[in-house]
Amino acid sequence: MTELVLPQIDWTPFAPLAPVAVGGLMTLTVDLFLPPGRKQFIAILSLIALAASILLSINSWGTVRYGIHDAVVLDRFSLFFYLVLGLIGILTILLSMSYLDTAVADQGEYYTLVLFSVLGMMLMAAGGDLIVIFLGLETFSLALYTLAGFWKTELRSNESALKYLLLGAFAGGFFLYGIALIYGATGTTILRQIPDSLADGHPPSLLFLIGGGLLLVGFGFKIASVPFHMWVPDVYEGAPTSVTAFMIAGTKAAAFAAFLRVFLLALPALHMRWSAAIWVLAVLTMTVGNLVALVQSNIKRMLAYSSIAHAGYLLVALVAGGSSGVGSILFYLVAYALMNLGAFAVIIAVQGSEQERPLLADYAGLGWQQPMLAVCMALFMFSLAGIPPTAGFMGKLYIFSAALESDYPGLAIIGVLNSVVSVYYYLRIVVIMYMSETPSPPPRIPASAAAVLAVLVSVLGTLHLGLFPARLLDLARQSVSAIIG
Amino acid sequence: MSPTGGPILSILIAIPLCGALLLVFIDGARDALIKRLALAISSLAFLLSLIMYAQFDPAIAGMQFVERTSWIDSIGSSYLLGVDGISLPLVLLTTFLTPIAILASFSGIVSRVKAYMICMLLLQAGMIGVFVALDLILFYLFWEGMLIPMYFLIGVWGGRRRVYATLKFVLYTMAGSVLMLLAMIAVAYLHQGRVGRLTFDLLELIGGPIPYGTQLWLFAAFALAFAIKVPMFPFHTWLPDAHVEAPTAGSVLLAGVLLKMGTYGFLRFALPLFPEAAAAFTPLISVLAVIGILYGALVAMVQDDLKRLVAYSSVSHLGFVMLGIFAMNLQAIEGSILQMVNHGLSTGALFLLVGMIYERRHTRMIEEFGGLSRLLPRFALCFLVVTMSSIGLPGLNGFVGEFLILAGTFRAHKVLAILAALGIILAAVYMLWMWQRVMWGQSRRSENLTLHDIGRREMAILIPIILLILWIGLNPNPLLRRMDASVAQLLCDVRSTECERQGTAWRVSDNGAGQVSPSFVLYPTPYTLYPVVEARSTN
Repeated sequence: MTELVLPQIDWTPFAPLAPVAVGGLMTLTVDLFLPPGRKQFIAILSLIALAASILLSINSWGTVRYGIHDAVVLDRFSLFFYLVLGLIGILTILLSMSYLDTAVADQGEYYTLVLFSVLGMMLMAAGGDLIVIFLGLETFSLALYTLAGFWKTELRSNESALKYLLLGAFAGGFFLYGIALIYGATGTTILRQIPDSLADGHPPSLLFLIGGGLLLVGFGFKIASVPFHMWVPDVYEGAPTSVTAFMIAGTKAAAFAAFLRVFLLALPALHMRWSAAIWVLAVLTMTVGNLVALVQSNIKRMLAYSSIAHAGYLLVALVAGGSSGVGSILFYLVAYALMNLGAFAVIIAVQGSEQERPLLADYAGLGWQQPMLAVCMALFMFSLAGIPPTAGFMGKLYIFSAALESDYPGLAIIGVLNSVVSVYYYLRIVVIMYMSETPSPPPRIPASAAAVLAVLVSVLGTLHLGLFPARLLDLARQSVSAIIG
Repeated sequence: MSPTGGPILSILIAIPLCGALLLVFIDGARDALIKRLALAISSLAFLLSLIMYAQFDPAIAGMQFVERTSWIDSIGSSYLLGVDGISLPLVLLTTFLTPIAILASFSGIVSRVKAYMICMLLLQAGMIGVFVALDLILFYLFWEGMLIPMYFLIGVWGGRRRVYATLKFVLYTMAGSVLMLLAMIAVAYLHQGRVGRLTFDLLELIGGPIPYGTQLWLFAAFALAFAIKVPMFPFHTWLPDAHVEAPTAGSVLLAGVLLKMGTYGFLRFALPLFPEAAAAFTPLISVLAVIGILYGALVAMVQDDLKRLVAYSSVSHLGFVMLGIFAMNLQAIEGSILQMVNHGLSTGALFLLVGMIYERRHTRMIEEFGGLSRLLPRFALCFLVVTMSSIGLPGLNGFVGEFLILAGTFRAHKVLAILAALGIILAAVYMLWMWQRVMWGQSRRSENLTLHDIGRREMAILIPIILLILWIGLNPNPLLRRMDASVAQLLCDVRSTECERQGTAWRVSDNGAGQVSPSFVLYPTPYTLYPVVEARSTN
């Protein structure tokens, strides 16, 4: 009788993932035993899980490990995203706590779904194998489909979930097909091995090119790049506001994490070949996003289009490439998450326990009724518009300086002109808050503490990165060195 | 560090910033306290700037009170501040005008006083920052950052079309600025290509050779940003709207300080960074400046709104400043810097006066007035002095600046100087005609008969300006002397020539080829000698 030989598995790469997974399972179980109305406890449990994950990530900083045959990679790049996603998760839960009380039924599974979604996103950032990346993609997407439709009685929420599911599945199909073709061309799905299988000097085969192209389409859907952006406005508008905030910040970060790792680590051959294609995508994405955002009257829809435009800026940095280009993507994603989550936290804090108030006109006179919240909202708008001294300005500065460094002056010029266009619609919110006449202001409900905390964290982060960006930028550049040779 | 060792410039920026923060925590209902505090804080900054003025060493051409702290190392940007003879007058102008503008708002601003005063103080910090920042990114941070308070000042406390005006102001400025930001980054990368180190330190970047073709593009990007701010014809259309809709204090600071940021930008950045391109653009910009002088004056002539008239007169006056800058000699540039100050004083005062009469009558239409000189004698007297200063009456400050600009320009391009001189005549026409319609004759409305003359607070606002107008007019030398060294240094940078200091005059040699002799003109009163340095071109 021979002894069963267990494979040696290094579990350390999974350490920062573990609290999130365990937290997800625990919240699911605890929820069964909690009476209705006591679900805040689950939120706190989720916060603890995310905080634990962040602490473990900080603790692992600097180590490089590969888990289960490269399936999951622990390096500075994935750790950077663990931190970012943990922050996004915490802010999301904070701003959900007051929102769930009121707008959506008070349900514990919400937090479970958020945790699993964060887990999927983290897996995507850490995936060293295309299959694992796909698993991560589907994990967070499935959780988000449910979250988008969480507001069961609201027709728009149902529509949002259905649209997201259909188009998400479609994009997932592209992605999986791409993986299959790349496997056919190279015989592997492990990212590190793909370039080696091509290294014999031959140009990449047609199969490989098509596979890469399909992957690009799949990522294009997830980062909401034009022309794969059609789902964004409807889904973001219909979903519960807290979920929209999470999707805007989290999806973008996770999708870019995987996108960068796949294209820079596994497909460098294609990256060179396609910088022209991504150039075009970047210009289209910025321009379409900004121009359509100009005419929106619903704040969620406007921010949805603005998120498309921001995907365009990020693509500019991808075209620029190099450690400054990719580093600026990482920096920008943090800035982007802070200012968007902050803006959504204000939206949630403002509506209090009332009905959704998504129209821009609903913000008339807010500047004088809720001065602190309105100042924060104004700051987030200035930051999104890229006006100093905010994180958004520094982010754009890095992106466009990377574009100039890599000799893409045309792209940089189109980018900055786009950001001038965007100033108009971001400032429109400020105009409405401060400069419009309100005949009889409706009474405002005091904002909940959790949402205010989320606003506060975002404001401090936005200002801090606007004034003292050096440390995060250094961190971002260090992280990038993990995937760029 | 300053001679006393303190980071005086940082403190100068920090005073209004901390003051704004302090106001946040004060109950918004206590208007009177907030107003006094804001006045005290901005006056404190003014006092500090006076200390700086006293400690400023006119003999040093380079930067003084320099502060350097590392900021964003990875992109080579540092927290670098400094003042020289070019920025010193403008810093003083800023710190001088802000308390006056705040005092002037005591009666005009009745709602949301707290937010208003916070914006004013933030604006002051931003304006000072623009004039003392020597790192390109830091400069840009202040340059764009101060859009935010100005945006609120016009948009919240402005007139009927305030939203349109404020958005136009912000979008125009942004559109010009973003390209300048790219050009700044490009300058830094070009420099990195030469020396292998990325830096945004202006003093280090100046003098680096940039290929001529590239220079043209980069200069154009900088020039666009600054020309919109100045504003130069044909980028001036935002100005009348912004001025007319802005509250009085907003107009004062907009005309008094913000416009100078554009002309200052040319002197500080565009000329020394891209000297050859600046030379190539000189004909175009000089002609546009003259067009601006004449166009602004002609359009001012036909305005029926007092504020709009003053706004267009700004276009004309700033044309003079631009013309002087691009004459590129010591006399004209010093005239331009002085004229920036003069314009800040006279136009600022004009806006204050228009604001005072507007508070009384709630109209600014010239046709509504008439005969005010008998009804409001004190008001009329102040108005007269300021009008004369704006026209350029000898003995008052406007004359000195315009004289120097025209004299300097005449040596560079005679035709343009002659055409520009027409602008002075036109200025006399529109200002005196306006004066005549408002002040003389019979009052055309019975409401005017019951107006009360300006009171103590309003005198306190106007008298410091008028004293300064007289002082600069009679004795401009203290200010001019402080500019000499720095402007001469600037000319060296622009002409890429070797300079060395000799005695009281600057010796400029055109790579040894040119002959230089310091010449002196009598200026402007028989008892002052004014040194003129000129590089005689041999080609």
